[in-house]
Amino acid sequence: MSDLSQPHLPQAQAVTAPMLPLALTGVGFEHRGQRLLHDITLTLGAGRTLVMGPNGAGKSLLMRLCHGLLTPSAGQIRWHGQPPSPGLALRQAMVFQRPVLLKRTALANLTYVLAIRGYPWRQRKALAQEALEHFGLAGLAQRPARVLSGGEQQRLALARAWLLAPDILFLDEPTAALDPAAIRAVEAAVNQFHHRGTKIVMTTHDLNQARRLADDVVFLHAGRLLEHSPAERFFDTPQSGEAAAFVRGELPW
Amino acid sequence: MSTADNAFTTALSLILTLDPVLMDIVRLSLQVSLSAVLVAALIGLPLGAALALWAFPGRGAVVVLLNAFMGLPPVVAGLMVYLMLSRAGPLGQLGLLFTPTAMVIAQTVLVLPIVAALTRQHIEALLGEYREQLASFGLGRARMMPTLLWDARVALITVVLAGFGRASAEVGAVLIVGGNIDGVTRVMTTAIALETNRGNLALALGLGLVLLLLVACVNGAAHLLGERARRQMG
Repeated sequence: MSDLSQPHLPQAQAVTAPMLPLALTGVGFEHRGQRLLHDITLTLGAGRTLVMGPNGAGKSLLMRLCHGLLTPSAGQIRWHGQPPSPGLALRQAMVFQRPVLLKRTALANLTYVLAIRGYPWRQRKALAQEALEHFGLAGLAQRPARVLSGGEQQRLALARAWLLAPDILFLDEPTAALDPAAIRAVEAAVNQFHHRGTKIVMTTHDLNQARRLADDVVFLHAGRLLEHSPAERFFDTPQSGEAAAFVRGELPW
Repeated sequence: MSTADNAFTTALSLILTLDPVLMDIVRLSLQVSLSAVLVAALIGLPLGAALALWAFPGRGAVVVLLNAFMGLPPVVAGLMVYLMLSRAGPLGQLGLLFTPTAMVIAQTVLVLPIVAALTRQHIEALLGEYREQLASFGLGRARMMPTLLWDARVALITVVLAGFGRASAEVGAVLIVGGNIDGVTRVMTTAIALETNRGNLALALGLGLVLLLLVACVNGAAHLLGERARRQMG
């Protein structure tokens, strides 16, 4: 357990400089002449941020820009005042709606990320095994990752992110295609990251899930930021008409 | 008994008694084709993966060219290598013409486009699926390559086997650069052509059967491997 909560990060990555707050200033994104995100100015501190909004609002896009998978066409992103860098990118992880697992066993999917992060191979198997147990996947170690159920695959993706020991974890609708039991397992895992001190940024369509998890809510609509407020305030007294309609379940997903 | 029946019985006995002439020809064929496939794979797998990973001006043209060269007629490949290796050619000094090495080079020229072009296709498809996740891990293109090659391994083994099929079955290239010299550069396909002309149907047929068996085994192996992987790895 001590190995899991305090992973042995290789020397080069054992950076402890703070990453938060994450500040976006006037961030916009264009694709083929179409403006998909407009002028987003937003500051995220610690805790669990839920990004909400109807389909096409730009939720996934916003996360990919923050994570550095896409480069904004306008504005800037700062991590504790620093521009994005490869070093900072290594302290982030992302879990996708459809887990992208390698064509290998569940265990090998975990030892893989330890290998690319430079862990000595002697440590890899034990650490990976521990992470599997931690996420209730111990019995599936030797199963090919791609034949696991949807819920197991998503938990494996979370276990993989866990081994990366990120300071920030992005989750792009991680429960969109899962059954209720699997959704509960994913939410429990998200809370484990939270308790370890990992900043959570997650998109969801599920209002109840947002109520269960959110510390603060970012509400996007048609590529614009309409609200960023503490969860309670967002759900009780949304400021914009769109957010109010969304909270009542009246906006199309 | 007709000539064909007669030849068939003799052919079988040549195979079953491991006739030394027949075995030498089979051995050289395997040596040449396996070497060519090995070289083509060592160059073609990373080359194909690099073409999938990196964008550069003229990339489209390279891809089209590679695809076109998949259908390169063996005699043309043989002629190209012949011109390079002939005494007046740029590599004439090496004295490689009419040696097994020349045959390996010619077959490599034939197999390389197949391996590289098909590798590019498979890696590009896999990259579409993996790109965001691997980028999220912080991997650059160069470090993505081994991951992609390994995860496409089943498809790539089939690609290499297809390359071996082409190498072992072609006759034009090895005939031109090898010269079909008895005991030196005579392989199965060139021997079959010659012995048929000479009327030695038994040896031709015996070699034909071995070649057929070899190609069937290679294809069967590729098929089984693919099926097994599809069932196991999803």
